[in-house]
Amino acid sequence: MSSNGSSSQETGLSPEAQGLRDQLKEGYNQIGKSPVKVDGMAKCTGATVFADDIELPRMLYCKLHRSHVAHARIVSIDTSAAEAMPGVVAVLTGDSMPETFGILPVSQDEHALCIDRVRFVGDPVAAVAAVDEDTAFEAMNKIVVEYEPLDPVFEPAKAINNEVEPLHGYGDDGNVHKRISMQFGDVDGALEEADLVLEDTMFFEGNTHLPMEQHAAVAMREPDGRVTLWSSTQTPHYVHRAVSKVLGMPPSRVRVIACPNGGGFGGKSDPFNHEIVVAKFALMTNRPVKITLTREEVFYCHRGRHPVLMNIKTGFRKDGRMTGMHFQSLLDGGAYGSYGVASTYYTGALQTVTYDIPTYRFDGVRTFTNKPPCGPKRGHGTPQPRFGVEVQLDKAAHALGLDPAQMRLDTLQPSNSVTANWLRIGSMGLGPCIEKVVEGSDWKNKHGKLPYGKGVGIACSSYICGAGLPIYWNAMPHSGVTVQLDRGGGVAVFCGETEIGQGSDTVLAMCVAEVLGVELTDIRLTVADTHTTPVDLGSYSSRVTLMVGHAAFQAAERARELLAKAAAKKLEVPSVRLRFAENRVFDVQDPERGMEFADAVKLAEAAYGTIAVAGWYTPPPSPGKYRGAGVGPSPAYSYSSAVIQVDVDPETGLVDIEKIWVAHDVGQCINEMLVIGQVEGSVYMGLGEAVMEEMAYRGNRFGVHKIPSLLEYKSPTTKEMPPVETYIIEDPDPNGPFGAKEVGQGPLLPIMPAVANAIFDAVGVRVDEVPITPDKVLKALGAKDKRCGPRSFPDLKITDTMRVKTEAEGGDGTAPRPPKKKKPEKGKGEEVKAS
Amino acid sequence: MSTTKPAHPPTRTVHRVFYVNGEEHEVAFAPHKTLLEVLREDLGLTGTKHGCELGECGTCTVLVDGEPILSCLMLGLECDGRRIDTIEGMAGESGAHPLQTKFAEFGAAQCGYCTPGFLLTAQAVLEEDPAPSREKLAEELSGNLCRCTGYLKIFEAIEQVAAEKRGEAAGE
Amino acid sequence: MMRLPPFRYLAPKNALEVAGILNGEGPDAMIVAGGTDLYPNMKRRHQMPKTLVSLRHVDDLRGVQMNGGVTIGPNETLRSLERNVDLKTRLPALWTAVQSISTPLLRNMGTIGGNICLDTRCNYYNQNFEWRRAINFCMKCEGDTCWVAPSSSVCWAVNSSDTVPVLIALGATVTLVSVDGARTIPIHELFGTDGIEYLTKRKDEVLTRIDIPDQGEAKSVYRKVRRRGAFDFPVAAVAARLTLQGNTVEDVSLVLNAVGPTPVRCEEAEGVLRGNALTDERIAEAAQAAYRPAKPLDNTDYVSMWRKKMIRVEVKRALEGMRG
Repeated sequence: MSSNGSSSQETGLSPEAQGLRDQLKEGYNQIGKSPVKVDGMAKCTGATVFADDIELPRMLYCKLHRSHVAHARIVSIDTSAAEAMPGVVAVLTGDSMPETFGILPVSQDEHALCIDRVRFVGDPVAAVAAVDEDTAFEAMNKIVVEYEPLDPVFEPAKAINNEVEPLHGYGDDGNVHKRISMQFGDVDGALEEADLVLEDTMFFEGNTHLPMEQHAAVAMREPDGRVTLWSSTQTPHYVHRAVSKVLGMPPSRVRVIACPNGGGFGGKSDPFNHEIVVAKFALMTNRPVKITLTREEVFYCHRGRHPVLMNIKTGFRKDGRMTGMHFQSLLDGGAYGSYGVASTYYTGALQTVTYDIPTYRFDGVRTFTNKPPCGPKRGHGTPQPRFGVEVQLDKAAHALGLDPAQMRLDTLQPSNSVTANWLRIGSMGLGPCIEKVVEGSDWKNKHGKLPYGKGVGIACSSYICGAGLPIYWNAMPHSGVTVQLDRGGGVAVFCGETEIGQGSDTVLAMCVAEVLGVELTDIRLTVADTHTTPVDLGSYSSRVTLMVGHAAFQAAERARELLAKAAAKKLEVPSVRLRFAENRVFDVQDPERGMEFADAVKLAEAAYGTIAVAGWYTPPPSPGKYRGAGVGPSPAYSYSSAVIQVDVDPETGLVDIEKIWVAHDVGQCINEMLVIGQVEGSVYMGLGEAVMEEMAYRGNRFGVHKIPSLLEYKSPTTKEMPPVETYIIEDPDPNGPFGAKEVGQGPLLPIMPAVANAIFDAVGVRVDEVPITPDKVLKALGAKDKRCGPRSFPDLKITDTMRVKTEAEGGDGTAPRPPKKKKPEKGKGEEVKAS
Repeated sequence: MSTTKPAHPPTRTVHRVFYVNGEEHEVAFAPHKTLLEVLREDLGLTGTKHGCELGECGTCTVLVDGEPILSCLMLGLECDGRRIDTIEGMAGESGAHPLQTKFAEFGAAQCGYCTPGFLLTAQAVLEEDPAPSREKLAEELSGNLCRCTGYLKIFEAIEQVAAEKRGEAAGE
Repeated sequence: MMRLPPFRYLAPKNALEVAGILNGEGPDAMIVAGGTDLYPNMKRRHQMPKTLVSLRHVDDLRGVQMNGGVTIGPNETLRSLERNVDLKTRLPALWTAVQSISTPLLRNMGTIGGNICLDTRCNYYNQNFEWRRAINFCMKCEGDTCWVAPSSSVCWAVNSSDTVPVLIALGATVTLVSVDGARTIPIHELFGTDGIEYLTKRKDEVLTRIDIPDQGEAKSVYRKVRRRGAFDFPVAAVAARLTLQGNTVEDVSLVLNAVGPTPVRCEEAEGVLRGNALTDERIAEAAQAAYRPAKPLDNTDYVSMWRKKMIRVEVKRALEGMRG
């Protein structure tokens, strides 16, 4: 290590920056440790204020009148009886808010309240605000809506044929919201070269987030006429844009504050009708207005896992290496766009980042159906294809006589590479993940060797660490953090990030504390407030640790630089030798020579004025330049592997999950306790998806949701949770802050296929469908082909396939523009980039 | 809005004495309110959360006479004169309850929404059984749903508190 | 927040007062004990009693007496029965049933009387008011059609009690009191014919005691099929009571629940077993005979055909388990 300023000349870094680099090399103050979450005690004492806990003087209560028909034209809405009720202060219908909204610029297809058409049972049509919730409930039920029924469509396979009137006046064709086809390399040729070609049709049923907290929002008209909205949202920035757009108010007059979310999992990532409605009511009545959804209404908000029917055709060599893959997916989108275009791309994006797939074709279609809209749930669009790919790999290993774990190890996508579909891989710790779970589970003595009924299965996965591009096209940072220092040594940190339970507040505080050498208790966070915090795009796509982490690091680094300069002068030590730790700034060679952190702040403030600095982060550009290349790129990819042991009762079909071993490549733990918590939580949620959770509807009974309750939508209890052995793999990624990658979503993905593969090992049947319920296991046991799953895949009606040359073919990441078809000019804001 | 509309009549209330977190409160509330509503709306104790209001999730758990119950399915009227403990009263004058501290330390609270219910159920379990097995914990906590943690950190935190209370190291 | 509709609340002190109030109030009054069944129904607006008659202060409906048989006050909470070690030893099947009900939190509140009188359940019925409007309501509440069996003239809501099949198998009796006096009936006579008229208890009667006769040498077992280890009602349930002389079945009762609007006594299966050796073949035959009358429909969790198959498996396992 250098003991003077000369190193900075070698590296081109300032002495202060070099000093920080050296400080970090010597061992972290915070990173990798497990301090208590900064909001931990508040959550354990009931002090955390969730949106529904807000109580304001003269507050009104809002209820939404929702459609009880699946598809109809609204003929008339009679609100007179509701309006006449004592205690009802205001009533709203859709015509007062004609502006559309939606999370993606290409899918602005929602109204705050339906105007002329309802598209699913639960679509909100009118709203009341009353002095108490009882009155609001009664008034809501007095609203009478006359409908002219339209034919509903509940099945994507029917929606694709356009047998009914389209739900929307936009999309690729009729009820086809989005149709995608792209090919990288010569897949047909690759399949011909293969020793084994497998073609499988599989189905992944939809399921929902089921956060314990029901969505709630409170709006208030400020005395100066602005409106403030508190909401349980994961994305206050996008809610801000939507509220401002629909209400026709300049964004500067709208303030959105995201309260800590009582669970999100992707279900609170869209702007919602109820948020806009209470804001409108607050402006109308000049009184605060609150809405808290019932559990049933939370099911109608949905935006959960898309049901996906998929067809996968893959070529394998004798040694298990893949020659190419043709993946087709048909998504049941529900009634609105939501994130659906991105979801559709995601069903085809990440197949290539785990194993080497040299040629790849993806066809995807998303349809509109008369059901609550699907969107992003933990793993957004990727658990469904991952299930298909991992189960098919298991079949291939069986057919080729290979060990499924070893076959995976032998076909890994290398680190620091570019995939066929132009995704750039940085660190890649899947190999060590597989080795860990294989060893931990005693795989080699179990797979294929346990008595009938018992079995083990393996599966792997990968997930993005934040989307490479923002949801709406812009060149601004994805995340911003400002740091402001007190003379007393306190550190105020401002960031738009939203705590949804994943620990983002703690990660933010730890990154700043690491650089400045202060304790977490010295840090005060102001987060998720569009009036006071710099924009962070939100808690979705596993982006927060990476992007907020970088921005926090940079802001803290800039503050540290000012302090180091001032302290160096006073201490007469080159600033490269200064260390920031334990609330002190001192000479690394003579630790006695130093000062309190607070004194360094005072010196810096005297020298440079008020210390308030900003940091921000924009992801690196992706090598893919073709249309659709916006979905999939990420600064880094996390990797996971799981082995699951099951005990299958062949008489009942019941599957007992005995134990789960899971390994996750997180790059570098920021907070190990949080990392393990995210892994265990993901495993839990994956387990629910694997064996019990499903969004079930009754197409033959008016399209109602079959089970919109916590009792009948089955989520695992303490009794269903098996022991989990978690292994953390740390393979620092150059693009991650301190090398860190995501952990909030990735470890969910291998669970469902590992269960399916374990069942095969146990009783020799394939359930090519999620959830894997006992009736399906029994059905497979009784079937000639020992399989339960979909039998056919509809024609996706692909006419054009975009051909992109792979890197191996000498491509440059672009696709030749199709010569024909003049399309209407679209603004830049129209292009979907990612989510 | 019509100006001739009659005013909303004041809500008819009943007066009852509640013993909440060791203190006596005289509360006026509408007689059809559940304990959950009285706690949150009439006593301002919003630490008690709710996830379904139908007895299907355990989020609203509070202790009544020391027993964990679903406050969404008990009338305020039925709590007259009974001892009620909520999350707000769990910490004593000397600081947080060991369960609160361990839940925070172990990451047993992620989003924290189900946490008050879990803490109160756990408190009652440990009162009854100072050394609950994992199986016993799974049974006793089976009425509290959590979507974040997968329950494992919750088990570990409770086991640690139990062990420390007995003067042992956890995980034995 | 789902809230209760307004009601009048009365809290009598003993069973006679309860009967008096029920007589005076007429059918708009309902008894509430733990509230765990009624309050969700009220919040969802399928039961809207004008008057609630709370058993909270009715002490003469509590208590467990053990002499030859067992007498249980219906106002005992499920939790207190679960903690009753003698009950666990003497009536393990009943204890198993009690302990399997919903969750510990709910068992701290719910009573055995409430579980016996549990409203029949159906996932076209146990839904919010707004949801039910979307199907134009159902026969059991405000509508005309039984949506799980649209051509049916009767309601197919499911008797989902855990304790009822066991109590029937054990030969329990229940006592009902009204202002006209008391009547004691075998518990199977308490259940009606369909999902609406599911109890023969009159609206003015209150359930005052449950008597379970001395079980002598008989063994009993309860087996419950459900998705999760907590919360869930049974979707198929089997209660069996067996007296064996050597390996010969001297006496047997076999009762199914959660596969139709009423508990099902498997008389044919009992006939197969009675007086015969409890061989694998007999067990299989009895299981097949019990399978036939089970008529699960698509109005609970799980696929109905699978539930029907589970009756065969669970009857078999119940009998095998009692073989010795």
